[in-house]
Amino acid sequence: MSKRIHVSTKVNGDEADFLCDPRETLLDCLRDHLGVMGVKEGCGTGDCGACSVTMDGRLVCSCLVLGVEAEGKEIGTVEGMADGEVLHPLQRKFIEHAALQCGICTPGILVAAKNLLERNPDPTETELRYWLAGNLCRCTGYDKIIRAVMDAAAEMREAS
Amino acid sequence: MALDGQKTAYKYIGTTPNRPDGLDKVTGRARYGADISVPGMLHGAVVRSPHAHAKIVKIDATKALAMEGVKAVITRADFPEGLEGEDWDLQENCMAGEKALYDGHAVAAVAATTPLLARDAAKAIEVTYEILPHVTDVDEAMKEGAPVIREGAADFSVPEGMHPNVVRYFDSGRGDLDKGFAEADLIIERSFTTEAAHQGYIEPHACLGQMGADGRGELWVCTQGHWFMRRMSTAVLGIETTNIRVTPSEIGGGFGGKTTIFIEPLSLALSRKAGGKPVKMVMSRNEVLRATGPTASASMDVKMGMTKDGRITAAHGTFRMQGGAFAGAPVDVTTMLAFANYDIEHVHHIGYDVITNRPRQAAYRAPGAPMAAFATESVIDELCRELGLDPIDTRLKNAAKEGTRATFGPKYGPIGFVETLEAAKAHPNYSEPLGPNQGRGVASGYWMNWGGETSASVAISEDGSVTVSVGTPDIGGSRASMALMAAEAFGIPYENVRVNISDTGALGVNEPTHGSRATYASGLATIRAAEECIGKMCKRAADKWGIDPEAVVWEDGCAKPSGPNAGEFPPMTIAEIAGEMGGTGGPISGHYEDSPAGFSGSFGTHVVDVEVDPETGRTTILRYLVVQDAGKAIHPAYVEGQFQGGAAQGIGWALNEEYVYGPDGRLQNPVFLDYRVPVASDLPMIDTVIVEVPNPGHPYGVRGVGETGITPPLPAVANAVRDATGKRICKLPLRPSRVLAAIQGKEV
Repeated sequence: MSKRIHVSTKVNGDEADFLCDPRETLLDCLRDHLGVMGVKEGCGTGDCGACSVTMDGRLVCSCLVLGVEAEGKEIGTVEGMADGEVLHPLQRKFIEHAALQCGICTPGILVAAKNLLERNPDPTETELRYWLAGNLCRCTGYDKIIRAVMDAAAEMREAS
Repeated sequence: MALDGQKTAYKYIGTTPNRPDGLDKVTGRARYGADISVPGMLHGAVVRSPHAHAKIVKIDATKALAMEGVKAVITRADFPEGLEGEDWDLQENCMAGEKALYDGHAVAAVAATTPLLARDAAKAIEVTYEILPHVTDVDEAMKEGAPVIREGAADFSVPEGMHPNVVRYFDSGRGDLDKGFAEADLIIERSFTTEAAHQGYIEPHACLGQMGADGRGELWVCTQGHWFMRRMSTAVLGIETTNIRVTPSEIGGGFGGKTTIFIEPLSLALSRKAGGKPVKMVMSRNEVLRATGPTASASMDVKMGMTKDGRITAAHGTFRMQGGAFAGAPVDVTTMLAFANYDIEHVHHIGYDVITNRPRQAAYRAPGAPMAAFATESVIDELCRELGLDPIDTRLKNAAKEGTRATFGPKYGPIGFVETLEAAKAHPNYSEPLGPNQGRGVASGYWMNWGGETSASVAISEDGSVTVSVGTPDIGGSRASMALMAAEAFGIPYENVRVNISDTGALGVNEPTHGSRATYASGLATIRAAEECIGKMCKRAADKWGIDPEAVVWEDGCAKPSGPNAGEFPPMTIAEIAGEMGGTGGPISGHYEDSPAGFSGSFGTHVVDVEVDPETGRTTILRYLVVQDAGKAIHPAYVEGQFQGGAAQGIGWALNEEYVYGPDGRLQNPVFLDYRVPVASDLPMIDTVIVEVPNPGHPYGVRGVGETGITPPLPAVANAVRDATGKRICKLPLRPSRVLAAIQGKEV
């Protein structure tokens, strides 16, 4: 057992501290030490995107980041998307468009899509498909996911 | 009152309300298999064989057990002996006995205080192997001299003189093949192979098991069927079924792969050995790919004859499939469905189930059907090309319809195959112009669907809202479908219905969400249980009004006198009846259980346009159309979702996905980077047309829709690549290197 390291970070705007083994990933730490269970492990090798979070605004696979790297950083997860009881437009559009079946990939895709729309509020379908190419969904064939994100983007553009 | 007979006008059915679990799933609150932790919990890890076939000489856990925080180690010695048949297969697969039978086979497991410690301890367990010769290919495994996986594994069906690795044999047909082929103007025969593909659910298997020294306990697990989970796990552990209460988590995909057991009995056995502390086990993706159940790989020869005007005169198919180290490759279904789309007088199927040094196959969406469709629909495409016939018209000419005697025996009832073909032909995609290096492929498919053991309850709450309890885990939106069916039956708003997936302690036995049965069978049970509630509520109103219960009807969520002769009473709403039920006879609930046999199959026809890059051999899907018969679409958006998801999985199987075994018998690609499922940039929008030919065996006409959609894509894509390149490739997947070799005229 390696010596535990103390890490101070912020998750969805709230200060959070944890002790971790230096081998543990940010994904392990979020789930096992902080109880942030919306972050999912699908592969552990950065191929499926189910563990997508933002770290200081950058989209990352939390399974490819060590827990200790979160020191002093701001982590954003699906749990931070809604404003109280008001859902983020992406969350609402995912429900309305039936863009999820089993839902295990949904948190990662929502985090990834939100990150795209912050950079590019008016993506083409192709840009969106390539941005989400790192987020596997095995249930939907992506059709309704793409429609939901495009619709949310349009609504957000109108509102801004 | 009675709601017997089939409805045709609906208030709620066919609408697309938000799913009840949507909010939890977009906010990260939904709890899947790995998301529950309890105080005092330990973590489990599995030691797996790195060899394809090896005698287990010795397992030494001394070093692991000496590690601080390691609480238990189990091997096969911790499981009861003397199991037989499928129970022995399950036990042997969950934990190897004398031999490791495939790369990834579990040989020991450990429980420790942290996940990292458990993994370290697993590495510290020393296993001594004596490596044995192995075989992973189906054709190789049948040859004389091939390594024998296990003597005596064959059942009575296997003719004498076959290799011991051939464990089941199927032979069925009808008519006179010679006569049928003599009537043909053209006969085409081809040999095909498909590779093993994995269901690829994004959620790895996970469970949390607890069992005391008394053999009683609980299991929280992601599964398609918690009664199956209970029966299998307890059988492997040699305890009474009801000793374990199983609660299903939300499930992150299954597609058939989560209908059996892998780590679950290990977590229970570890828990018992660790003094009853709960043990959480979560598979890595590497473990999922190496050690759970992909589908079978296949080697097939199909021969069909056709007249000049497009009538199929005869069909013969030989299908060889390996499903890993145990009997069970779905070749029985393959032989049954190979030619089931068509009305063929002279037909013969032969099937071989072969064991190899690979993981035990599990069900994968329409198990056995996509492989057969690839072979059959490719041959039909070739016949149409050579005879200059339109592929849809030719299929229409031969299509099975109501009254056709299926190639597997029974007569079809009302079915919608012709309607799918007509809708595909009429769709704009079928006449879209094609450019250079582009091609169009058509193929059809079928899945017969299933009923299965089903038990469901419906209870009226004090305020007139309704709780539905079913035993089929919601894998793709079935809670929304159940709520819609209950709302329709009661005539109350969708929002007034809450659907729960009950644990094994709350209902009778339920088969899993498999066989495209959940919306059909649990839906039927929900409607029947609701009708029982309605009967009771009509009686309560009749008693209050002092009239005969037969003189009360149920309409729009209210009990009403059935006409002026019944007396003049204002309607009683469900809320009014529920509000006073404590004083009028007590709680009101309904229950229904059955193994409903009124399921009916679903046909589908797909049209795909591809472009093949002549320099790289890469295939791009330009357009994709799914047309399928849903009987009646309860929630059309989730029906479309099934069509689109099935198509995407089939496209993956056709173009990229395959289990690659090296000469050492080890899986070469146990990671999503190399086991390449379709990503968003691989696919276009997937167009859908829902055909509705009602199933008379369901009150609202439902047919299962989950599985058919994966059947046509394999041949549809291959036919499109043929159209684009002029090359018929009879091996899947159509990876760029293979297509390029075909374009260059090399052998593939």
